[in-house]
Amino acid sequence: MVISCEQVWQEISNYLENEVDPSLRASIEEHVRGCKRCTAVLDGTRNIIQLYGDDRLFQVPMGYGWRLRRRLADYMPGRRGTAYGWLIAVAALGLFTATLGLARSAASAPPTARSEHAQPGKGIPSGLTVLVAGHGKLFHIAGCTFIHEKDGPVRSMTAGEAIKEGYTPCTRCLGEYLSRLANLLRKQAWAVLLL
Amino acid sequence: MAMLEGASSVDRLAPKVDAHEESLIRRIQNGEQELFYELVKPHERRVYTAAFAILRNPADAEEVAQEAMLKAFTHLKQFRAEARFSTWLIQIAVNEARMRLRKDHSEVMEPIGERQDDEGTYTPREFADWRELPSEALERSEIRQLLLEALASLKSKYREVFVLRDIHHLSIEEVAAILEISRASVKTRLLRARLMLRDFLAPRVAAGWFGREPFQKGNKPW
Ligand SMILES: [Zn+2]
Ligand SMILES: [Zn+2]
Repeated sequence: MVISCEQVWQEISNYLENEVDPSLRASIEEHVRGCKRCTAVLDGTRNIIQLYGDDRLFQVPMGYGWRLRRRLADYMPGRRGTAYGWLIAVAALGLFTATLGLARSAASAPPTARSEHAQPGKGIPSGLTVLVAGHGKLFHIAGCTFIHEKDGPVRSMTAGEAIKEGYTPCTRCLGEYLSRLANLLRKQAWAVLLL
Repeated sequence: MAMLEGASSVDRLAPKVDAHEESLIRRIQNGEQELFYELVKPHERRVYTAAFAILRNPADAEEVAQEAMLKAFTHLKQFRAEARFSTWLIQIAVNEARMRLRKDHSEVMEPIGERQDDEGTYTPREFADWRELPSEALERSEIRQLLLEALASLKSKYREVFVLRDIHHLSIEEVAAILEISRASVKTRLLRARLMLRDFLAPRVAAGWFGREPFQKGNKPW
């Protein structure tokens, strides 16, 4: 069966999705072999499907997941406790990571994080992932309710980078963070050192 | 993590009923609301992408994605297991995004789909050779940008079908259900969307993989 270019174009989706019967498939393939234009259309369409089907194309904005989570938590009727619960969970995870960092440095020098009146940024592990909001001046740990969307897009970076860029630690989340860390270290330093 | 969750080939093979998801839904419907984020987390990327594809703006897309999730939360009792949960979520996101679009009257640019009649056959206009497919090209932000630009240039009825089918890999039936159009319309619009995108991108590709030089007519290889 001889078919025209127009017929080939009409069937391209079906052809690529294996939804044409064998005889039509054979006709399309025979036509395409001898037709530069249809070859170009077929190859190009296949490329379109592959490129757009690739997960790397769409990138979700930094912090989207946790902003969503916070919005949901705020919304749950009478579930403030839950919202707080996950903030703690996030903080605890951060603490754990940070504690490890501190514990390692504690091997050579005593931890300096015990004072809540520490220098800006002092005692915060420089590798800790923190968030900064656009033109805000502070850096936070994920989950802090004092990150304001109106301050612009939220970026994540390490505490070290944030300090280098001139941000100072938020006293709400990181102040609390440091005092908890100090407590934890006092109570559990021995356990952490065993890890 | 998010990259893995969106893995499309896996998704296509996924069974219609996910036992863990099903039990989460039941528990939330019975009052364990705090589990809701766990339920939607695997889909948060898709919800954002669906909203972005319609709205073409990251800030609006994020807001709409959040609204859609809240709506899903308040209406979860109405969810029936006949549909996949992800499909139901995406449907809510699509509806929210469309409402936002209507509210903002933001569809002002001349979409490339307008140039040819909807029901007739779409005739490709560009025949530049495009055989090479450097998949690592997607690592380059200017290439992702160009692909998004091409997508944004489609009229929304083509863009929606294309996004649900070729980006989210939903079945023709699911796309038809979400958009409330026939299977035949899904297929017609999908074909047109693919061909229009190819027309948009092929000459730029032929001019050297998305090189900075705008395409010149004289460079056509025939
Ligand atoms: Zn031909
Ligand atoms: Zn803070």
